Amino acid sequence: MKLRRSMLFIPGNNPGMIQNAGVLGADSIILDLEDAVAVTEKDSARILVRNAIKTLDFYNSEIVVRINPLSTDFGFEDIKEIAKVKPHALLIPKSTTEDIKACDDILKRIEEYEGFENNHIKLFPLIETAYGLENVYNIIKASDRVEGVLLGAEDLTADLGIKRSREGEEIFYARCKVASACRAFRVDAIDTPFTDLNDYEGFVEDIKRAKSIGMTGKAAINPRQIDTIHDVFAPSKEEIEYAKRVMKAQEDAKREGKGVFSLDGKMVDAPIIQRADNILEKARLSGLL
Amino acid sequence: MINAVSKEIPEYIEGYGKVKPFEGAFKNINKAQKTKVSLNCKSSFDDKVIGSIEEVLKKCGLRDGMTLSFHHHLRNGDYVLNMVMKEVARLGVKDIKVAASSIFPIHEPLVELIKEGVVTGIYTNYMSGSVAQAVSLGYLKYPVIMHTHGGRARAIESGDLHIDIAFIASPSCDNYGNINGVEGRAACGSLGYAIPDAMYADRVVAITDNLLSYPLCPIEISQEYVDYVVKVEEIGDPKGIVSGTTRITKDPVGLKIAKLASKIIEESGLLKDGFSFQTGAGGTTLAVAAYVKEIMKRKNIKGSFAAGGITGYIVEMLEEGLFNCLFDVQCFDLKAVESYKNNRNHQGMSASMYGNPHNKGAVVNMLDVMILGATEIDTDFNVNVTTGSDGFIMGGSGGHSDTAAGAKLSIVTTQLIKGRLPIVVDKVTTVTTPGETIDALVTERGIAINPKRQDLIERLKGTNLPIMSIEELKSLAIKMTGVPKKYENNGKIVGVVEYRDGTVIDVIRQVQ
Repeated sequence: MKLRRSMLFIPGNNPGMIQNAGVLGADSIILDLEDAVAVTEKDSARILVRNAIKTLDFYNSEIVVRINPLSTDFGFEDIKEIAKVKPHALLIPKSTTEDIKACDDILKRIEEYEGFENNHIKLFPLIETAYGLENVYNIIKASDRVEGVLLGAEDLTADLGIKRSREGEEIFYARCKVASACRAFRVDAIDTPFTDLNDYEGFVEDIKRAKSIGMTGKAAINPRQIDTIHDVFAPSKEEIEYAKRVMKAQEDAKREGKGVFSLDGKMVDAPIIQRADNILEKARLSGLL
Repeated sequence: MINAVSKEIPEYIEGYGKVKPFEGAFKNINKAQKTKVSLNCKSSFDDKVIGSIEEVLKKCGLRDGMTLSFHHHLRNGDYVLNMVMKEVARLGVKDIKVAASSIFPIHEPLVELIKEGVVTGIYTNYMSGSVAQAVSLGYLKYPVIMHTHGGRARAIESGDLHIDIAFIASPSCDNYGNINGVEGRAACGSLGYAIPDAMYADRVVAITDNLLSYPLCPIEISQEYVDYVVKVEEIGDPKGIVSGTTRITKDPVGLKIAKLASKIIEESGLLKDGFSFQTGAGGTTLAVAAYVKEIMKRKNIKGSFAAGGITGYIVEMLEEGLFNCLFDVQCFDLKAVESYKNNRNHQGMSASMYGNPHNKGAVVNMLDVMILGATEIDTDFNVNVTTGSDGFIMGGSGGHSDTAAGAKLSIVTTQLIKGRLPIVVDKVTTVTTPGETIDALVTERGIAINPKRQDLIERLKGTNLPIMSIEELKSLAIKMTGVPKKYENNGKIVGVVEYRDGTVIDVIRQVQ
């Protein structure tokens, strides 16, 4: 299990921020070649990001690069240049099934040419159109490289012609759909960033809402958001205690030769044990155990 | 000869005299002597208010070679030093030594006076801007003598630094020489750095733009020390004196450093009831205060005092009951000035009480934790806050060495790399504060604990803090920056860095 609670966007044209990205504590860093970079700087940002991945230490953060959409002149150039330096993954904007297949194909060829291990470079489809959302299941299915999906609510709501709100009721369906499709393939469901940096309470509520629906992590647009995201996604003390008791009860039951057992008067079955196991693993990775 | 921080220093420096080498931070603290003060007494027939600076200079017997002192509470808004020195120059007096507790960019007119030989010597605790550049380039006849805040008070009280005339920039003053800093257009709060000057100078002149009738209330520097009062149009620009607010950094790297520093404090065992604390006014050190505040609230800890230059943030901590009182040597913002004026638990302190190693006990000795900055720090933990890596003077100790020596835990916080330069180096360009008084270095990429603090190393072992050796931190930096070419300089000595006890810890050489 790899923790992917937070994915922090860092502009791909800002050397100062890229240099320090690894110390900020995000689980993943998304070096952005798309929205953060003006058309006139696309090539220089690509070179900067390529060299940064080659030379800098990002410590425990995995490196993901958001390339430009494959429908633009830059998308394939980005893949060709960036894949050579083996980022952990690429984030594909406005993903479609065809895009993911095309990425898979080109990555396969690059990996063969460079002598990299097959399927080394992973993919994160960015779901930010109604078309993409309705196809999310097939998009994930399109390649074994897909490790998670990122929901981009700003573009999605723009595509839907509706307004974004603080409470996010308008993306309830999208969140549910993405979370469910991701769970079907056991990949991560990363929620859309919260953009109002001054609304701390709204931010916390937003993460809680996403978590309750089944999103497993959240994108961040500012390093100050990381700790809060980790706090909300961390298993609570009560969850950890309960999980420990489940595991203990399971051990006791095994020792006593019982197949089925109960805890606090409720029957404990495989999903509950699996969940307890996941919680303890998460807690361990978060440094809570 | 080689001093205790392995710096080669001459036995005699032209324009300074015989050198007492630095022997160790605590080697020279035993007996001390205070100097005698000669004064002209006043009778009930005497009037202290004088019409102009020119007239007061004449009354004080200004002549070639004298030492004139100034304090820096008006910081980069100070008009007093420039207006006095302009008159000195106009009177044709030469060879003046300026003893200003700090020198800022606003004091640029001094450069001309240095070139003309009106000013031939400077004593200061901190200097930045054009004057610092001119001194670095060798324009000043004699080497600048860089003190610490406590060391300056020591030098004055011992007679090492004899002041002929002290000029006290006075935000409010009555006609009999009682001064405070809390009223008036140029209100700056505490006047702590001016107190040794007032007590030990031969003549003391209050320069004010807010002349009030007798008696002033409250009084910070009293009539018993003040010879003359001069009213001028303006003593300073409020915009340069105090900022409206001092803010916590938003820089994520600064915040990361601050958080790590706060965790060390939490794990050090010092953060308990009675805790005492000092930070500077920089965004990162203030962020340390913010994190410490969170911990204190969470653990319901009531501290004893916070000290030094005081910011609104520290005032808030006082008001929220997290400290019993503040010791304030200078106010950094308007909120601090307001609190200093109104809150009895917000006490002033003189520079001597703050950090003088040769009195019967300075406030720094009672500090638990001090948060410091660094321009460079070497693998012996020696810190430079005096010169840039290019050799130019761009600061000075201020209270750095005093608090580092006094506090039970002194933590240097800095980014590992600044402006493409590694901050951890083999040897600092100039030693300001000896490594033996620094306990920990906190950077965004790791923490190094001084090996002499085995107790602290032990304590932090069980934590998940990223502790490594200072050599490892240096390697991390070098990996990113490469090894910068060292700036070698064998030019003439333009500055003498005195440790707080008056010994010489380093010299500054002319930039080539």
